This record gives sequence, structure tokens and C-alpha cells, in this order.
Amino acid sequence: MKPIAIAILIALAAATPALAAGEQDFTAAYAAAAKVEQQALAMQAAWTTTEKTLKDAKKAADAKDYDHATALARQAEALAKQSIRQAEEQKTAWRYAVIR
Amino acid sequence: MIRKLLAAFAVLCAGAIVSAHAADKIDPAADLKAFQAYFKQQFPAVPLDDFVNGPYAVNKGMRAQWESIMQFPPYDFALDAGKTLFNTPFKNGKTYASCFPHKGVGIRQDYPQFDAKTGEVVTLELAINRCRAANGEASLNYETGPMDSIVAYMAETSRGKRFDIKVPKDPRALAAYQNGKQYFYSRRGQLNFSCASCHVTAAGKRMRGDILAPALGILASFPIYRSDWGSMGTVPRRFTSCNSQVRAVALKPDDKAYRDLEYFLTYMGNGLPVAGPGTRP
Repeated sequence: MKPIAIAILIALAAATPALAAGEQDFTAAYAAAAKVEQQALAMQAAWTTTEKTLKDAKKAADAKDYDHATALARQAEALAKQSIRQAEEQKTAWRYAVIR
Repeated sequence: MIRKLLAAFAVLCAGAIVSAHAADKIDPAADLKAFQAYFKQQFPAVPLDDFVNGPYAVNKGMRAQWESIMQFPPYDFALDAGKTLFNTPFKNGKTYASCFPHKGVGIRQDYPQFDAKTGEVVTLELAINRCRAANGEASLNYETGPMDSIVAYMAETSRGKRFDIKVPKDPRALAAYQNGKQYFYSRRGQLNFSCASCHVTAAGKRMRGDILAPALGILASFPIYRSDWGSMGTVPRRFTSCNSQVRAVALKPDDKAYRDLEYFLTYMGNGLPVAGPGTRP
């Protein structure tokens, strides 16, 4: 076999798992984000932005754009974490806003 | 010099801590006094009863528009429908009158109220749906449709009566009141706004094209015909809408948190007259 053909075969072999990894990355990122968002919803602390970002991530994954989908899922997780942090802070911070 | 600065800082910190602890103390009567005094101070030219008119009480231009609108109140259709619905017998022959004191006439000022049997706050909308359930009828949508018409009619029969929300010394009632208070002052949503951000801190100021209504008496005109909605809506509809506006996921309209919020906020308007149904931009 010619060296060029070998190189093409190696490149193809390397590319196939990379695509699978993209989907796997998305699945893991989405699951992590959805888990945190469930916590936020249970705390009545969720943001509409997080919900929309999760939906957009799913849409991108459905369109096989896994890089974008993964990035959106990670963004959604960050938003969900921020919403929980806000709710945790407000458990005490609200007191300083009370009219006295 | 440094010692003096440190001492001053310590005094400030101690003051903040004392204030925070004061907020923990559940004293509805003291809260009401402070709440109403705040708005009287912020808007000295506004007569106390006029706070029920929300933005129209604090902005002359909007008031002039409102007075024009009120020549043909947009809630009149809901009032007529509500009267009919209220008096139409259920399948078992009874009506809503059978579920309420004074046959449901002139009672708006007593809601929401604490129900000692269930240990929870009952809004007028919840009481209406409980009445329906007790008579074998399906629940109504809490936010709009026939519910807002029935509440509009019941409010109209109560116009001018003074809100008289009771917070009994039952620990569950006090806890519900405090939950409502906490909800009112807690920031939420990606925009990081609390109810108080708009309706206390920025009351009377502009938010885009709107004038923000003062929190005092803000629920007295419900249900409202809101031009932005193009339809009528109940208090729970306004709460879900406010949540969405600050990018917070809205709760179910009959969620306990919303009922507790309505309990606190209506109590803050005790002494003000029922002005519902109303109109808002």
C-alpha cells in the first residue's frame, strides 16, 4: 500500500472516534446541565435563560452540531449554577432590603 | 485615626446585623406601619387611598390617559360575564354564594386569608376553585378566563371596603406571612430583580415605557384589564408575568409561594379600599 493511502486510512480512523467523542461530550455536558437545572427548579430558583439555552443545546445536537451543542450545554450548566448561587445568597441577603 | 475608622466600621457592621435580625422578627403590624410610612414619605402628595391606583397615582400624564380610558372601562365585559357566572347554578343547583360568607358579596377585602384547617393561605381564586370542587365542578384556570370575570364581579361588590387581612398568631400563619415577605424582598431571575427592586426602590420611576407602581396598594385593583395582555388577569397572572420579565421561571399560579406573597403584600395594604377590577397599561 502506498504511503498516501495509509495516511488517508489513519486519518479516517482517527476522525471516526472524534465524531463519536463529540456526541459523547454533548451527552455528558447536557446530562450535567440538566441535573443542576433540576436542582434550580426544585429550589424555585431557575432562570428562563437556562431553560432556553438547554433547548438550544438540544436543537444543535439534533442538527449534529455537537461542538456548538456541547458549548451551549456547558453554558446552561453555568447559568443553572449561578441561579442556585443567587438563591443561596438571597436566603440571607433579602433581609437587608426590608423596609424598616 | 485608624482606631476611629475601625470603630466606626464596627458600629456600621453591628447596625447592619441588628437590622438583619430585626427583619427576622415576625411582626406584621410593625412591618405594615413601616411599609406605609415609607410610601407616604416617598410620595407626600399622594393621598393614602390613591395608592390603589398604582402608576396613575404618581404620574399626571398616565392619570389623564387612565381617566379617559375609564369613560368606557375595558373590564366591563368581564364584570357582566362574572355576574352571570357567579349566579349561574352548578349542576347540583347550588351557586358560589353557598360557599362564602355574606353569599360572596362584599368580601374581597378579606382575601387572601389564613385557613386554620389546612394551615395554608387561601386566595380568592383558590376559594373559588375549592367551591367548585366541593360542588363537583372542574377547577378554573387561575390566571384568566372565567376566573378573572368571577373575581372581577366579587371585587366590584366590595369596592370601597377596606382591606382587612388577618395574620393570626398561629405559627403557620406567621410562617406564611414571613415566606411572602421573604419572596417579596428576594432577588431572582437572571436580571437579579426582586419585587421590591421595582415596586419599592424604583417605585414611580420609569422602566422603559412603564411607570412602576408603588408596592403599597398594588393588589387592590385586581383583577385588572392590562393593555399589554389585551385581556383580564388575576393576581397570580401578574406574578407569573413579573417572574418571566426578570427571566425567572414562573411558578404554578396557585403555588404556595405566590399565595404567601399575596398574603404579605395584601396585608401591607390593609386599610386601603378595594378598587378592583382595574385597568393597567
